[in-house]
Amino acid sequence: MKIKDSLIALIVLGICLIWAFVDGSAAEQGIGSALRLMTPLLLACLAGLYSERAGVFDIGLEGKMLMAAFTAASVAYLTDSAWLGLLAGIGGSLALSLVHGLASITFRGNQLIAGVAINFLASGLTVLVGQNAFGLGGRTPALTGAGRFQPINLPFAETLRDVPVIGPIYSGLISGNTILVYVALLMVPVTWWVLFRTRFGLRLRAVGENPASVDTAGVSVTRLRYAAVAICGILCGIAGAYLATGLSAGFVKEMTAGRGFIALAALIFAKWRPWQALFATFLFGLLEAIANLYPNLDLGFITIPSMFMNALPYILTVIILAGFVGRAIPPRAGGEPYVKER
Amino acid sequence: MTVENDMMGGRSATTAPAAIELRGISKAFGPVQANRNINLSVPKGSIHGIIGENGAGKSTLMSILYGFYKPDSGQVLVNGQPITIADSQTAIRAGIGMVFQHFKLVQNFTVLENIILGVEDGALLRPSLSKARGVLKKLAAEYQLNVDPDEVIENLSVGHQQRVEILKALYRQADILILDEPTGVLTPAEADHLFRILEGLRDEGKTIILITHKLREIMDITDNVSVMRRGEMVASVKTSETSPEHLAELMVGRKVLLNVEKTPAAPAAPVLEVRNLTMTDDEGVQRLRGIDLDIRAGEILGIAGVSGNGQTMLLEILGGYPPKGSKLGGEIRMNGQPLPIGGRGCDAAQRRRAGIGHIPEDRQVEGLIMDFAAWENVAFGWQDAPEFTKGMLMDNAAIKADAEAKMERFDVRPRNPNLAARNFSGGNQQKIVVAREIERNPDLLLIGQPTRGVDIGAIEFIHKQIVALRDAGKAILLVSVELDEILALSDRIAVMFDGRIMGERLPENTTTGELGLLMAGVTDTEHTPDDAGIPPGSAHVDTLPQEPV
Amino acid sequence: MDKMPKWADVILTPLISLVLAMAISALVILAIGESPVMAMKTMVEGALGSSYGWGFTLYYATNFIFTGLAVMVAYHASLFNIGGEGQAAMGGLGVALVLLYLPLPHWAIALPVAMIGAAAFGAAWAFIPAYLQAKRGSHIVITTIMFNFIAAAALNYVLVNKLRPVGSMDPASARFPEATHIPALTDLAAGLGMTWGKNTPVNITFLVAIAACALVWLLIWRTKLGYEIRVLGKSEPGAVYAGISPVKITVIAMLISGGLAGLMAINNVMGESERLVLNAVEGAGFIGIAVALMGRNHPFGILLAALLFGFLYQGGGELALWTSIPRELIVVIQALVILFTGALDNMVRMPLERLFLSMRRTKGGAK
Repeated sequence: MKIKDSLIALIVLGICLIWAFVDGSAAEQGIGSALRLMTPLLLACLAGLYSERAGVFDIGLEGKMLMAAFTAASVAYLTDSAWLGLLAGIGGSLALSLVHGLASITFRGNQLIAGVAINFLASGLTVLVGQNAFGLGGRTPALTGAGRFQPINLPFAETLRDVPVIGPIYSGLISGNTILVYVALLMVPVTWWVLFRTRFGLRLRAVGENPASVDTAGVSVTRLRYAAVAICGILCGIAGAYLATGLSAGFVKEMTAGRGFIALAALIFAKWRPWQALFATFLFGLLEAIANLYPNLDLGFITIPSMFMNALPYILTVIILAGFVGRAIPPRAGGEPYVKER
Repeated sequence: MTVENDMMGGRSATTAPAAIELRGISKAFGPVQANRNINLSVPKGSIHGIIGENGAGKSTLMSILYGFYKPDSGQVLVNGQPITIADSQTAIRAGIGMVFQHFKLVQNFTVLENIILGVEDGALLRPSLSKARGVLKKLAAEYQLNVDPDEVIENLSVGHQQRVEILKALYRQADILILDEPTGVLTPAEADHLFRILEGLRDEGKTIILITHKLREIMDITDNVSVMRRGEMVASVKTSETSPEHLAELMVGRKVLLNVEKTPAAPAAPVLEVRNLTMTDDEGVQRLRGIDLDIRAGEILGIAGVSGNGQTMLLEILGGYPPKGSKLGGEIRMNGQPLPIGGRGCDAAQRRRAGIGHIPEDRQVEGLIMDFAAWENVAFGWQDAPEFTKGMLMDNAAIKADAEAKMERFDVRPRNPNLAARNFSGGNQQKIVVAREIERNPDLLLIGQPTRGVDIGAIEFIHKQIVALRDAGKAILLVSVELDEILALSDRIAVMFDGRIMGERLPENTTTGELGLLMAGVTDTEHTPDDAGIPPGSAHVDTLPQEPV
Repeated sequence: MDKMPKWADVILTPLISLVLAMAISALVILAIGESPVMAMKTMVEGALGSSYGWGFTLYYATNFIFTGLAVMVAYHASLFNIGGEGQAAMGGLGVALVLLYLPLPHWAIALPVAMIGAAAFGAAWAFIPAYLQAKRGSHIVITTIMFNFIAAAALNYVLVNKLRPVGSMDPASARFPEATHIPALTDLAAGLGMTWGKNTPVNITFLVAIAACALVWLLIWRTKLGYEIRVLGKSEPGAVYAGISPVKITVIAMLISGGLAGLMAINNVMGESERLVLNAVEGAGFIGIAVALMGRNHPFGILLAALLFGFLYQGGGELALWTSIPRELIVVIQALVILFTGALDNMVRMPLERLFLSMRRTKGGAK
């Protein structure tokens, strides 16, 4: 990896180290929080990565996540099982992915407009159905016990707690998260491996760069793109389920609160690469955690309001898009429906 | 060559079935009959040319062979076996490989990755890649198809990218290789290398179908040739038993009178003077290497050359819109006044004000807005013209009236100004562009590929208009890849190769052979006085050596 | 030849899309155990059954006309401006600053000045994405989305830390001076001796919106600038050939688009709330997308589509009031309209085209 490619990782590391140096215990708390805030972003970002690498732009990540959060919370509440909730979340998100696929693959419609529609569809349907089912103004009842994913303590977490440096990192940060956090982290190497080491990944990347090359090689462009959109749906489903049954205890109206778009921003920031996606989403998670812990961050010479921290991911993304700091070039066939030429 | 004995549809007494046999293939797109009752037989181990004008149905036929389209009726036999080619996968399995005119390569993949795409062995890449590496080495040695397997496609030259396409087909064990207009993007040297490769493949027993509209290629390399015209297969002959003239006649269906009637030119004062024009594109490649040109009032200067040798850039720079990110140098004078080259104040509108009209090379992308009505296209590029505007508003009534008059004078059919440009035929679309630019009465008219994809009738009409403009004392710069067109229209011919003017000739004193050499970059030493003694651009008609050829 | 007559493309396809959207919405209503017929009745009565209902319907429609026109102008330059929400929010800030800090003695003076403020702020917010698209090729859809969020954060900051009057807990500006309050339509009606639309927010901005429709029509189809915008929208190489600067036209089109979105603030900020509140736009920027798509990117179509969405919006409020159907039903309908007219238009159009082709064939055979 070139220095330029690891820039985000270095920035993230720098922020963590400075924080730990200035206020160790707050840093442990904040970085732990960042890890949890990162999880839905990372999953949604990787979801978008599959879809966009295959040439289907997806600004509907937000809607898919929101729908998943709702179906996951509802089913988890009704069955008292977070796992069934997860399945329902994936199902809800997949349903919207199917709509996205129909519009942008089968009917060669505008992928971006389809994404916009999906966001509103989710935003409306979740409240409409939620109000009807639970009568709580769009919320689901609070989840308790098995309806939520519980933190897992990793082996030796207690014994290592007092060891300096390793203790806080292993016992404080790495251990004690819900299973979905680990799933999200695991998805990074898995995605890298799938994309760059398997036949499926080769074809997926090819279909996003030049679908005609795949078509003339006798491989179905439609099937590949549907597969990518479906994977996107599954990952968004996990992300939404984590939001409603891991990070919080139930569904609240509009609970994704722009996370789908931050994930999209992270995807651009990461230039559509899995490891960079990890660092980008962690950076954005960190920013959110800092904004939560310090509503007015006093750096001595300047006080940064939390609104600025909240807007920072978007501002950074615009700067990246402007190409002043390393150009972000999307997959070449992205956004275009594939039409066989004469 | 033994194959010549059993050609012509396997009707001869040999036993080997034809590699490809088509029986009564028809295919229509809506009301357009692209292929009508096509019969074709391609003997094994031969190079078979298919020739025809643009739109004759060659590409449709090959797309049927490669499973892109299903024929409406008819039968395909591969090696004597009837087969239904439902998709590309079937075609590949049947041993058919295709090299498209526009390559189907993934630009940011390596050569190896492109080669294995779609024919990977198993779900993991590593074994496929190492196997392909071995096979590639063998193929490269066998057919002179050297390419670095680990190079990324976008770093390869066009010629090398084409090799990758051929390697792709061979890796898929194609026995029958179809190449669609393979030399259009190649330099003459690259084309020659390609032909050597094709001959090598034929000698190994592969069957090759070469689709082209260039007679020279057919004569040079094919064993047999079939001619298509308006969706029909009009003849199949042995190449050795035919002549370019005969083939040309078969292609257009009558004797081609490419001699446009015109009186000798009476060149007057220079209108356009180009001095040492250079251009380096955004990737740092020098595309124009010091162009010198003079065009006088009342003459047509034709620029011949294989496409991609800088003609397009020359037209765009003269037209006021150099490619984005390019660096430019040199001088352009119009009627004695210097014109800006790139930078602020240099755009197509500025050129029009300076008296330069422009019929662009690609009417569908540049010359017309295909979704606009014909009348709106009449104002296209001239939207600032005072007679078309009333203050900030457009004078639509005036534009419509002008459009109707132009369509009348240029016999554009159907004569409906409200019809969108895309609903006119190629010839009528081009007539709209020609009418718009010529009737502005420009001092200088830039013309790129005036008759590409235009039917014969319209070609004659457009040629007459161009000559009439010259006779009205205007200067004309004509760029065309069709040598016949250059020869028929030009008063002087400049040949471009690799961003340079290789030399100038008078049409009456040159031959296609000589021009072809210049187009291939061969500066003939016999003609040194012309090329070395005088800078090409300053060679005027009277000083041009008039050696016999 | 075109596959089907123009009128069918302009009228039938959006209508069928609307019918499909309504049908699916009806299914949703059935699924949650309510009656679609009753729902429709409630909506029609609530939105159109009284001058009170009309007052709200027209008020909402006014917002949507501006945001719909904004999407449309950008669309004709083939730019997809999703940033109407942020641009309208910024327009609100422009209105607030003008009205709070300039001494404007009468509404007739305040209105044009506030319009300039609204349009300028909206246009300014569209400028950076436009410039980045034109000069650096940054995808305008992504940058305008980002700018929506940045606008929300910036307004939040300004309202909480700068414009909030001392002692107030509400993240909102002070009320605008009395003299700058523009007349509501009910006042005009009263002036004519009629009682119409009492206590409704619709104001003279509605008339401004109608004028805007006419002006945008003139701009796009009758002016040289409009011609240049449409050329760029159809073919960038074509524009360059014709001597039209893509950078210049991209920026101008987006400035007009952002300005139109910003103008919405005259209606909601100046005309209705008479102070700047948090989240004043309430999604109208996004509804503009549905309105423009439904209205086939024509001002007259946009006027009709805006009225339709005004009706849905007001009717949806009534639904929430009288039935157990929450007003988010409207968001679902909006989503479906966007989906069918914008993304699944081929699904609607292809069978229609086939129908017209076969009709023409049988007609041709009869001759």
